[in-house]
Amino acid sequence: MKFSDFVNNKAIKSQLTAEDKEGVIYEMVAALVEAEELPAEDTDSIIKAILKREELGSTGIGRGVAVPHTKHPSVDRLVGSVGISNDGVDFNSLDGDKVQLLFLLISPPDRPSDHLRALENISRQLRDDTFCRFLKQSKTVTDIRQLLEEADNNQFVS
Amino acid sequence: MMSTKPSLRTVTVSNPQGLHARPVDLFVKIALQFESKIQLVKDGERVDGKSILAILALGAQQGTQLAIEAIGSDAEVALDALVTLVEQGFNEEDVDQQQIVDNSKSS
Repeated sequence: MKFSDFVNNKAIKSQLTAEDKEGVIYEMVAALVEAEELPAEDTDSIIKAILKREELGSTGIGRGVAVPHTKHPSVDRLVGSVGISNDGVDFNSLDGDKVQLLFLLISPPDRPSDHLRALENISRQLRDDTFCRFLKQSKTVTDIRQLLEEADNNQFVS
Repeated sequence: MMSTKPSLRTVTVSNPQGLHARPVDLFVKIALQFESKIQLVKDGERVDGKSILAILALGAQQGTQLAIEAIGSDAEVALDALVTLVEQGFNEEDVDQQQIVDNSKSS
């Protein structure tokens, strides 16, 4: 699976302004609603579900990366977005690092394998130091889009 | 006493959703409680068993065969705990990671 299979370009946030976990999740869900990827009336229910999942264990997977996610019946295919926080937010990650890079994923309840494929792609790409560093340093949505596209073209992972 | 010979076990991923974020988080939390170096091998690809990012990148679905390799003073105990966790399908709702570690250390 590639980034272009699940990342909505219109919902990418290059400069998240919130300073806590709940706030950045709200910003990213709101961006997906604005991009017409999620129905506005489900905003609260989706955010609640994502935060509930965080209570089961942080989705901070190390290296300053988090993958907040949930299943939700309001989508019929996997949708996601990318957000960057310059200062980083505390995510209770196992390695203790603040999170600067967020990949938010909402998947239909009956498609667990798509979710796993997306996680695999995100993790595989981010293991590359150059890609991870460049993405964290991106200042504009255009920069982020370009990096994701280069990653999709296998320019970082051999 | 430090053993230099790696211990190896093979397991099959049994939980329906595969190695997604929560099971991997549990796996790493348990792996970190041991001194031994722990690695996972899937189809010849070898990754650090104490890195969430590295294990997620394997994208191991249900039915995937994994080798868990440990090297160090507590290698056997670590493997007991990790194999139990995977074989129990990560018992997602009610897994008691401390119980798994304690049981393997006392047996």
